[in-house]
Amino acid sequence: MRIIVPIKQVPETSNVKMDPVTGTMIRTGLEAIINPLDLYAIETAIRLKEQMGGTITVMSMGPQQAQKAIREAIAMGCDDGVLLSDKAFSGADTWATAYTLTLGVQKLGGADLILCGERATDGDTGQVGPAMAAMLDLPLITYVNKIELAPDGMLRVGRLVEGGREVLSVHPPVLLTVVKEIAVPRLPTLRGIQRSKTASLQTWGPADVSAELDNIGLKGSPTRVVSIQRPQVTRKGEMVVVKEAAEVDRAAKLIVEFLKQRNIL
Amino acid sequence: MSRVPVIDPTEWKNIWTLAEQKNGKLHAVSYELLGRGRVLADQRNCQLCTVVMGDKISSEDVQELIERGADRVYCVEDQRLRSFLVEPQARILIDLIERYHPEVVIAAATTTGRTLMPYVAAQIHAGLTADCTGLAMDQETGCLLQTRPAIGGNILATIKTPTARPQMATVRPKSTRIPERVPGKTGEVIKIDRVEYLMGSRVTFEKFVADADGCASIEDADIVIAGGAGVRKAEGFDAIEQLADLLSGSVGASRPCVDHGWKPYPTQVGLSGKTISPRLYIACGISGAIQHLAGIQTAENIIAINSDANAPIFQVADLGIVGNMFEILPALTEEIRLLKESSTSN
Repeated sequence: MRIIVPIKQVPETSNVKMDPVTGTMIRTGLEAIINPLDLYAIETAIRLKEQMGGTITVMSMGPQQAQKAIREAIAMGCDDGVLLSDKAFSGADTWATAYTLTLGVQKLGGADLILCGERATDGDTGQVGPAMAAMLDLPLITYVNKIELAPDGMLRVGRLVEGGREVLSVHPPVLLTVVKEIAVPRLPTLRGIQRSKTASLQTWGPADVSAELDNIGLKGSPTRVVSIQRPQVTRKGEMVVVKEAAEVDRAAKLIVEFLKQRNIL
Repeated sequence: MSRVPVIDPTEWKNIWTLAEQKNGKLHAVSYELLGRGRVLADQRNCQLCTVVMGDKISSEDVQELIERGADRVYCVEDQRLRSFLVEPQARILIDLIERYHPEVVIAAATTTGRTLMPYVAAQIHAGLTADCTGLAMDQETGCLLQTRPAIGGNILATIKTPTARPQMATVRPKSTRIPERVPGKTGEVIKIDRVEYLMGSRVTFEKFVADADGCASIEDADIVIAGGAGVRKAEGFDAIEQLADLLSGSVGASRPCVDHGWKPYPTQVGLSGKTISPRLYIACGISGAIQHLAGIQTAENIIAINSDANAPIFQVADLGIVGNMFEILPALTEEIRLLKESSTSN
């Protein structure tokens, strides 16, 4: 089975601190990591490969530094990588990003399975995976929390939705976006890290994938960012300290008062 | 695939919303979208239309869509639209867009909307903005100004689509109120038939399994009471669950609780879980890592209960209680129980 996992490199935000004055994230000195939600797609790909054999190619669009993210994925157990990197790709919105990654997939001759993370933790749109499915004319299942291989080659897929889960079936080729629940990502092994240093990692520009220049980067993007604001997330709430048992009831009454005031009770 | 379309905007008219239904019942978010759409349609002085796809669509539902703001309802009925499958729905929507040229199409940022909209936008090279919390129309240019939180809610970006049409956006559920019903309001109903050729799907729907507890999912709930690392173990959620039962709320969890297996992933609140906007959020034993705060900042009211006075959660709380959640929650539950009992006995 040929599996492709598109990933994104994002700023590491798990230990980030908030600026107490502005209430926003302190972004200086943040390390670049694999989008945490992509790790689940990588893990799923590795498990499927362990069951069925095949190859896993990791693909990313981004600056040269994104090679590091691809090498990390290879260290976890993927086989090789492709980085789509060029000034002309920059400024892409989700449409142009999906278009560029689609061309990369096509240059590889397609895949039986494309596994994406649910969304990236920086852009937070979740649109690139579904858009790639449409551009590649592949069936699509999103929010996947379970994949079972049926003997007839079908995939039985669980999908998390509001209030429950769905069970769907599909025959590859297909694009799936997976959620965190699907598997616990493994850590790279020493051997994997060794292998990742020498594994094939190709870098492609627009000409390599025969991109139409009108369709990539900012030029290919239908959307434009008009303005960025830093919202004040801080609310000036009342604070009550409960130290003694007697104060517990007072706190409870205070909460009830608050709920009445806000028409919740 | 063609370049970013430069379209004569005068050929694209009216605001569309996508109604959402499951098992023949319209989801409340369908009406919220009408509230958003009505404002935009009035700003542009055009019609507000809504598209409903499903197995059977009742005339009562259609009438309610009209009375809550729709001027026109497009109904597409087919038994194969009973459950959500992206391929037929996308083909139908593209067919309708090409026939009627709406200026704006908005859908809910649900698992359905966040699947269908990018699948459609990709094919017609439309601009799509995810998970918007604010929408407005630039009256002169007809550009939809779409505001959304990004980078974990640390910035608010306003995005527009200058030349491509339709302008597409998904809107966060519960980010706006359901508009009042105007009894007797009339509107046009257009039944779309001959859709047979659009119905194929390579994915087969087998079944839907509802969550066992029967609670509303945290993104649908008006009240969410969530526990964090301060809960210390799975049983620590008991006190939270009792209060949630009493308030008909749903129980959420911060990431550590899900990572420890105390609560399942669908209850996870925050950047790697769900972003929610309930009327009331009560954070119990949650310190408030930035990832968590990103998931709750559009909640209408936030109460935080935490023993650490310096916990960042207090920065976003409307009411903060510094203390032991295991003392305060039972007292609060009791207080509310008494209140409810006295109000029913009166």
